[in-house]
Amino acid sequence: MTDQRSQAEIVRKSLKRRYRTERRFRLYGILAIFIALASLFILFADIISKGHTGFVKTTITLEVTLDSGMMYLDDPTDKDQWSSADFKAPIIAALQAQVPEAASAAEKRELGRFLGTFADSEIRDLLTKNPELLNTTQTIEFPAHDRVSVYVKHADNPRYSIKLSEQQQRWVDELLQKGIIDTSFNDVLFSRGDSREPANAGVLGAIVGSLLTMLVTLAISFPVGISAAVYLEEFAPQNKLTDFIEVNINNLAAVPSIIFGLLGLAVFINLFGMPRSVPVVGGLVLALMTLPTIIISSRAAIKSVPPSIREAAEGVGASKMQVVLHHVVPLAMPGMLTGSIIGMAQALGETAPLLLIGMVAFIVDVPDGLFSSATVLPVQIYLWASSSEQGFVELASAAIMVLLTFMIIMNALAIWLRKRLERRW
Amino acid sequence: MQTSNLLPLILVLAVVAYGLAYMRSRAVAAPLGGIRNLKALPFYYAARAALWCAIPALIVLAVWAGFEGKVIQGIVIASLPQDTWPESAGQASLILSQISNVAAGSLDPEFVPEHIAGAASLLEAMQDKSGNFKAILVVLIAVLGATFAWTRVAPHINARKNVETTLRRIFFVCAALAVLTTAGIVFSVFLETLRFFDRVPITEFLFGTSWSPQTALRIDQIGSEGAFGVIPLFTGTLLISAIALLVAVPVGLLSAIYLSEYASKRMRSTIKPVLEMLAGIPTVVYGFFAALTVAPFIRDLAEIVGLEASSQSALAAGLVMGIMIVPFVSSLSDDVINAVPQTMRDGSLALGATQSETMKKVIFPAALPGIIGGILLAASRAIGETMIVVMAAGLAANLTANPLDSVTTVTVQIATLLVGDQEFDSAKTLSAFALGMLLFIVTLLLNVIALKIVRKYREQYD
Amino acid sequence: MNTMSPSISAEADMQSKGAAVPVPEHKRKDTLMEDKPEDTVIEEGKTVGKPFTDNPKFKLRNVDVSYGADRAIKNISLDIGRNEVIAFIGPSGCGKSTFLRCLNRMNDSIEICRVKGSFELDGQNIYESKRDVVELRARVGMVFQKPNPFPKSIYDNVAYGPRIHGLANRKSELDDIVENSLRKAGLWNEAKDRLDAMATGMSGGQQQRLCIARAIAVSPEVILMDEPCSALDPIATARVEELIAEMSESYTIVIVTHSMQQAARVSNRTAYFHMGHLVEVNKTDTVFTSPQHPLTESYITGRFG
Repeated sequence: MTDQRSQAEIVRKSLKRRYRTERRFRLYGILAIFIALASLFILFADIISKGHTGFVKTTITLEVTLDSGMMYLDDPTDKDQWSSADFKAPIIAALQAQVPEAASAAEKRELGRFLGTFADSEIRDLLTKNPELLNTTQTIEFPAHDRVSVYVKHADNPRYSIKLSEQQQRWVDELLQKGIIDTSFNDVLFSRGDSREPANAGVLGAIVGSLLTMLVTLAISFPVGISAAVYLEEFAPQNKLTDFIEVNINNLAAVPSIIFGLLGLAVFINLFGMPRSVPVVGGLVLALMTLPTIIISSRAAIKSVPPSIREAAEGVGASKMQVVLHHVVPLAMPGMLTGSIIGMAQALGETAPLLLIGMVAFIVDVPDGLFSSATVLPVQIYLWASSSEQGFVELASAAIMVLLTFMIIMNALAIWLRKRLERRW
Repeated sequence: MQTSNLLPLILVLAVVAYGLAYMRSRAVAAPLGGIRNLKALPFYYAARAALWCAIPALIVLAVWAGFEGKVIQGIVIASLPQDTWPESAGQASLILSQISNVAAGSLDPEFVPEHIAGAASLLEAMQDKSGNFKAILVVLIAVLGATFAWTRVAPHINARKNVETTLRRIFFVCAALAVLTTAGIVFSVFLETLRFFDRVPITEFLFGTSWSPQTALRIDQIGSEGAFGVIPLFTGTLLISAIALLVAVPVGLLSAIYLSEYASKRMRSTIKPVLEMLAGIPTVVYGFFAALTVAPFIRDLAEIVGLEASSQSALAAGLVMGIMIVPFVSSLSDDVINAVPQTMRDGSLALGATQSETMKKVIFPAALPGIIGGILLAASRAIGETMIVVMAAGLAANLTANPLDSVTTVTVQIATLLVGDQEFDSAKTLSAFALGMLLFIVTLLLNVIALKIVRKYREQYD
Repeated sequence: MNTMSPSISAEADMQSKGAAVPVPEHKRKDTLMEDKPEDTVIEEGKTVGKPFTDNPKFKLRNVDVSYGADRAIKNISLDIGRNEVIAFIGPSGCGKSTFLRCLNRMNDSIEICRVKGSFELDGQNIYESKRDVVELRARVGMVFQKPNPFPKSIYDNVAYGPRIHGLANRKSELDDIVENSLRKAGLWNEAKDRLDAMATGMSGGQQQRLCIARAIAVSPEVILMDEPCSALDPIATARVEELIAEMSESYTIVIVTHSMQQAARVSNRTAYFHMGHLVEVNKTDTVFTSPQHPLTESYITGRFG
């Protein structure tokens, strides 16, 4: 018994040191979780801080006298006059009226550079549509040039460099005070496609492109994925071929996405001669990429249907196919849907394979079909993020917020489905 | 007629076939005393008719649509005057794009040589003809199929068996698609890789220490031949992946341990999904974060301590990639740690071990194979990751181990070599496929090994 | 051990009886309560026999354990004497394992588990907040239902406890502890030549004796055994029972068992649990020859269990 006593003494003495180790170990764990959560938080905070200004546009609102003499234009419907007409002159005149200080020709030119590049075509389009407006005075809102926009929105932000001279800054301040230059919700972002100029660029083209691509992906990967899962779980015989298929699916799930881009390039575009940059090819590639995810989750859903259901159906004389189609698949459907939504969310955020099949082209028009050139949201983000114009950084962040919103909605839907529809056996 | 219009047409035909066969089966059954005297329910006769109508037509349509482009291109090229025949595949694709631009109306026929304009009108005519012929053929096959099935609505035929066999075969084809995809990857990438090795010896590719794929555009042009040594790309990839794993493994593993051993149920159920969000964020977002926030931050930080960092440092890409794969490591570790039976924990705790002693000396060694498998999977993720490195790592193929330097990776090179128009016979373009092959083999090996380890580990405790 | 073969057949007999009446457990209890007037009332906290001893190792008073809303142990008071072997018997789900796990606070890790009452080990309350659970468990070892050797070598398994507690200063001391423990567990002759072999490669009986050796290696004062033989074959069971008899000289042993024969063979005292109540405690002979409570009698005569 003395043995036991002395041992207990040793144990007691060791306790302090051991509990220190214990606390340290626990601390490491908390630290690790903290690092992960903090990274997530910083990532979101960074994107929101960079991107919230993307939802704001800077405009210049002017009362423009559409004087035909000033524009060298008699008949706005006559296309031949367009090339010689000066649609910008009345805008500059209106702007100069607000900044009387700018009198010289050089200073007027500088004023003109406050306006976005497409200000004159806006006048032209207006007049073409409504020729009767010639020689009237209209209040028109123009997008401000990136230089002005950066100054108005980010004057205090050291990350941005202001490209206006001090005189110009004074003018802008003056116009801001008068309410000529103003900021408002950036509706352009949601109503336009890409553009060379940040003030005219929007994500609508990319959103539509993403939707079209996802449509193709869903149309292929969902039925095929479910059928494959049903085959493997219910019909596949135990043989080498089945094993081979299973190994293939498991490995495909871990193949880097860019490899699927190579496949799409070599097979769909090169071999089959399909066009580049179109949602159909993008959708096909992403479908092949998401198939393993959908198959694996659908198999799990089928596995969770209890055998008693099958036995009950077989007991009344249903054929194997009837058991599967009438009972197993409907019961497994919530799980299958959840897996598919998660797979689709993955596909929605995928960029790399689409770069290789040409969906990275600069496309202004909103795509109008599965075979029209398009880009997708993540690629648009990539394009803007690597652009040199300062205004595109905030647009890229804003587009990220749009993309993340879509993904959060999809994931929330998946979670809701799982909670709502999944049966507990 | 466009393929996209033919699809709904086939569907409509199938529905019609379904309806007709359904009515016919009832009509056949009526004199026999009702449908109970049929071998199968009317539904199955109808379904069989719909399948007979749609499937052969769809197969023909798919084959036709798949190859019509290539065939027409061949015919158009062959129709060109012999002296203007393209000498290389690259030239051919240039001429073809010119022709199709003219045909599509985006290029004025007046601006191109006469033979091109002629070819363009031929292309248009061929496309028209092919479209019409395709439509007629497909509809004919659909109608024939449906008619055949319609004549076979008879009481002694068990349509259910037919339908079920067909469905089962369709299911099988869907499952086999995975094999087809793998085969597609292997063959397409492999063939281009072989063509690449015709130009550049495989030994130079595998053991060369310099990478600069900019070859001369034309043969007569004077310029660098280009160097295709993959070693600097490989070391760059390994450097970034190593940094990523240095972040992800401790953070992922320790948080998995904390969550499974220490955290309360409530804490676990809130923190786990939040951690998993990290895996759901698109990689392009991480790339943006790495390139525009982390990389400048690291550069400034290095300047403060007197080091020189590239604005596209391997460290920035690696750190962000590490954060991205934390959830892979943590959820896989979590799985394997939970697979260690509770009796092990009890056994150790009952001897008076503290929780950390139990974790470090019993659970962790027991879970180690599974954890290693998980780390290998994460490594294969890191090696194959593209967007973060495309945006945050550089293009210069430096052979360096300095994390503050700029390096390039296999995936970055694939992406840059293949973005935009490529000629399919230049060593530059083909090298991207060789890189892809390499990437595929390496990640496949890692995955196979990892899955084997994990499976073996699972069996141990089953 | 000469009584071994008949006792095994009796046990098998009883199990088959139990299996022949597949009544759901809750129903079974209900019908018992209604049909047998002598069983209807178990007065809470009232234990028949001699639950208390002089100078006990464990002094347990008014113990109450609940899992969430379920009350698993209902107001139990009991003494466990020094160097005695006490057996806990009773039908499944009666709370005997729960009670056992309270004695070295193995229930701590179950979040919903609430333990009330006083638990004194040598006069000190083991549930006091400043009392250390690690130290407690070093003094009160445990052997589990299923053998649970660590996936390490035989040597490392036995050396695990001494290592974490720092009981050996030198390798030779550790070797001695391992050898002594294996000897006490009757495993030395089988294991001495393969100390580096994986413990998971041993037979079930050997594994369980290894677990006992692992527990002994820390030199505990009390060893708790939770149905230590339920996963073993009869011959391995016999070896373990022999071992328990030998160990009773130096340790206090608390054993939970499903087999009344085992309780009769190895224990000095026996406690009968029923639905969370401690119904009867007495010398083992007394419990099995002249049980005082009708429930105890029903159980040992095989009317349920």
